[in-house]
Amino acid sequence: MNTQDQYLKTIYLIQQQEDGPASTGAVADRLEVSPASANEMIGKLENDGLADHEKYKGVSLTDEGILRANEALQTYCIIERFLHSVLEVEEFRAEARQLESVIDGTVAERLDTIIDRQECCPDCFDAETDACELLDVGVESEPAD
Amino acid sequence: MSLSYPVASDHQLARLLQIGMVLEEVVEARAHKHYETLDERELGEDLVALLSDAAEESADHRRRLEALVDELDADPVAYDEIETLVAARYESDTDFDGVLYDQLCNEETAYKFYDDLITAIEGSDVRFGVERDRLLSVLRTIREEEAEGVEDVTELMEDDA
Repeated sequence: MNTQDQYLKTIYLIQQQEDGPASTGAVADRLEVSPASANEMIGKLENDGLADHEKYKGVSLTDEGILRANEALQTYCIIERFLHSVLEVEEFRAEARQLESVIDGTVAERLDTIIDRQECCPDCFDAETDACELLDVGVESEPAD
Repeated sequence: MSLSYPVASDHQLARLLQIGMVLEEVVEARAHKHYETLDERELGEDLVALLSDAAEESADHRRRLEALVDELDADPVAYDEIETLVAARYESDTDFDGVLYDQLCNEETAYKFYDDLITAIEGSDVRFGVERDRLLSVLRTIREEEAEGVEDVTELMEDDA
């Protein structure tokens, strides 16, 4: 998943949680980057017609941005579910975050052929627990390094 | 700024190599299922040979990846269960074109995976438990073989057109 998709996914999840625009600070915190870096990428997303940024309010995805964010989230869900259910990785959330930049959407599609994912995916992703709410998981794992 | 983190530890490297092994296992198992499910006459001699070569090559790739994983600190993975998972979720591609397209996806996906993995390793300055030059050499060879696989399937598709 490329950097732009990781931003789209993050903005999408923050917007869901906040039920409104995502602040640049929240996006930067979630991605563990500087606010300046987040601002720069948000500007690019705006130029590409994927997001709208309003000063003092935050960033909101456009319809096209939401579509792309959904695809990125689906890729992430596949990686998490694959790690959890096939490789039986206990810290699957942390590892998914570490690996998402190396796992492309087409690769995730192949991994998807051996996992049991529901049709509602990725709407069943719970931003609070950072996992699909249909996954039978225990306590939240430690964040990635 | 980039969120494309390089591979940062033996553990991450081992996990990515294990994912490669699973992808190879999927290719091998699907090739077997295609062969089992479809009539050999319908598949044709060339496609049967292609599936057989693909399964053999995937098994070889898996062994080479496994040899690398064995040198790293890795959690064990029950690979024999992967075959069962593939079989359980296998939906038959009922004709020549479906099988060929599936095979193309396999080869292209594997190529993309190894290409991204090589880039991530090249971007890392971590000293891994396996010697870097040997690691990259194995992965580049496998990537090359996947590229050849894409060419083979494409040729067969063109011949069929």
